[in-house]
Amino acid sequence: MDAILFFLFATITVICAINMVLQRHPISSALSLIGVMGSLAVLYLLLGGEFIAMAQLIVYSGAIMVLFLFVIMLLNSGAEPKRSRHKILLFLGAPLLVILLGVIGYFIQGQIPAQEMVKFGSWESGPGKPAFGSPQNVGMSLFTSYLLPFEITSVLILIAILGAIVLARKEID
Amino acid sequence: MPTNFMPSTEEYFRILPELILTLAGVLIMFLEALRKEGQKSNAGGVTLATLVAALIAAVMAGGSPGPAFHDMVFVDGFGTFFRILVLVVGLLTVLSSQSYLERHDAQIGEYYGLLLFSLVGQSLLCVSNELMMVFIGIEISSIASYIMAGFLRDDKRNNESALKYFLLGSFATAFLLYGVAWIYGITGTTNIDGIRQALLNNLPAVPLPAVGAAAALMLVGFAFKVSAVPFQAWAPDVYQGAPAPVSAFMSAGPKAAAFAVFTRVFLTAFGPIANRWEPILWIVALATMIVGNFAALTQTNIKRMLAYSSIAHAGYVLVAIVAHSEAGTAAVMFYLASYAFMNVGAFAAIVDYSRRNEKFVNISDLAGLGQKQPFTASMMTIYMLSLIGVPLTAGFFGKFYIFKAALESDLIWLTVLGLLNSAVAAYYYLRILVVMWMHEPGEAAESAPEASFGVKAVLFGSALATLVLGILPSLVLDFANRSANIIK
Repeated sequence: MDAILFFLFATITVICAINMVLQRHPISSALSLIGVMGSLAVLYLLLGGEFIAMAQLIVYSGAIMVLFLFVIMLLNSGAEPKRSRHKILLFLGAPLLVILLGVIGYFIQGQIPAQEMVKFGSWESGPGKPAFGSPQNVGMSLFTSYLLPFEITSVLILIAILGAIVLARKEID
Repeated sequence: MPTNFMPSTEEYFRILPELILTLAGVLIMFLEALRKEGQKSNAGGVTLATLVAALIAAVMAGGSPGPAFHDMVFVDGFGTFFRILVLVVGLLTVLSSQSYLERHDAQIGEYYGLLLFSLVGQSLLCVSNELMMVFIGIEISSIASYIMAGFLRDDKRNNESALKYFLLGSFATAFLLYGVAWIYGITGTTNIDGIRQALLNNLPAVPLPAVGAAAALMLVGFAFKVSAVPFQAWAPDVYQGAPAPVSAFMSAGPKAAAFAVFTRVFLTAFGPIANRWEPILWIVALATMIVGNFAALTQTNIKRMLAYSSIAHAGYVLVAIVAHSEAGTAAVMFYLASYAFMNVGAFAAIVDYSRRNEKFVNISDLAGLGQKQPFTASMMTIYMLSLIGVPLTAGFFGKFYIFKAALESDLIWLTVLGLLNSAVAAYYYLRILVVMWMHEPGEAAESAPEASFGVKAVLFGSALATLVLGILPSLVLDFANRSANIIK
């Protein structure tokens, strides 16, 4: 069952990702991106990462994609004009991409035994021990061992605010 | 729940410089919000005081080395050295920025806020012992730099610079993060010492191509940040387009911090697989020196020439990393310190000379500077001689220690080719001296304004540091040698 769900949503992710790049209207691309984010969330859930699955849905599919759509609509950008691409790029690029992915896949397959590669369901859970990706575990790590990176991230957000002030200021004309 | 999860006073003390910088950055945001229309901003003064306080805190924190916050950071001699270095670079940047901002009617305190936050990131990078911290530190440092590069919003070159830097920089950080994810998948830890231990303990069983892939991905990220070939293409455009004081800052501060963490990650975490990355870095170092020096030969714009020269100097530092020894680490430290002074000085010399909208930034515009402004021209002469590596300047000992370390590690060919490269470099630095001292004053030199006090202070301070490091290198080198052992 896990494997079926995995292949189903993995396929959806890949198709949506390819569709996002191929679409020429920004709105269609953004909607495909929502598909990617949503099916990724399911993949996380399959791996037992409940917290990250929910965060993915709320933050990416929710907040960030809404912002994306706002910006696209505010800029009122239409479909990208069709550019004449060199056919040779397509002929060379597509097989090369397949070869590259094949080689990477082969390497990973060869290096890591198949039964250790993907474990569905909760990791390292047991009586009295919260699972690896559970909200309890994430919260515990976030406020104990990863306290400093967590707090420092706020500086990153402050910079974003400062940057918005600087780039949107009026004084210079 | 872990028993001692509350950070102790000592742990706060070890990140005191960052705490001071962050608080001051927030304070400046408040001061700017409260500032009335037409009132002069005093953010510059606040920033200077903050940086002095942070420097003292960094020295004091260096006095009690140890880990903090669950091994997220580890304050040691190596980290303290680079912390002090980036803070000094910040100090020089503040001094050289004031007149520039005034001239472009951009005297808003947010500039200093961004500078302080950028320094928070760099200072954390220098002491971080954990790849998550490295990632966040690099992001903080870079995002603040992207904004500063485009600070004069209505200047097209500023916009070009910021946009190129932002797009390519984000892409490079993504590579770094992907590498971190790989190494976490293999070793189950993101702690730099932990990775070393995990690799040492399970070396035969560890999937080497996977570790190599992780190291390669992280190498891409770091190589971009230090502008090493083949990820150097952004540097000339960004340094040329950004405001001159910001270019000075970017070529010294973030670069030194990036080199610090580059050295720490590759010598510590990836030390066990050194035989795999050394040949790659060997080629990268050589290519970086060659591309930087030969591209600099034909430049007409001073900032662009200094950008290519900064690429070439990154190549010399990479030679010391390839040496992979304590002497090499000490050489990295000494070289970056001397490079910071001579480079910030060289950029500072054109801060006021270039006039509004950086009108005069071509090498030919320097014609006759020696006659009209002997002080600026003499200082510039010292930096250029030091960048060439003439004895009695910091640049000489910097190169000397790097190539000495390389020879000790049997990198004979790299040393020979590196020395040949620095001979090529002499041409474009000497050209500036010839134009300054031997050409008749042109339009630019005739109308040149007197440099502002802040810029003069930077020029004098950097020249003094360049000479002191060139005459008494042991002042810094002894400390560097003592703290070169970064493996715990």
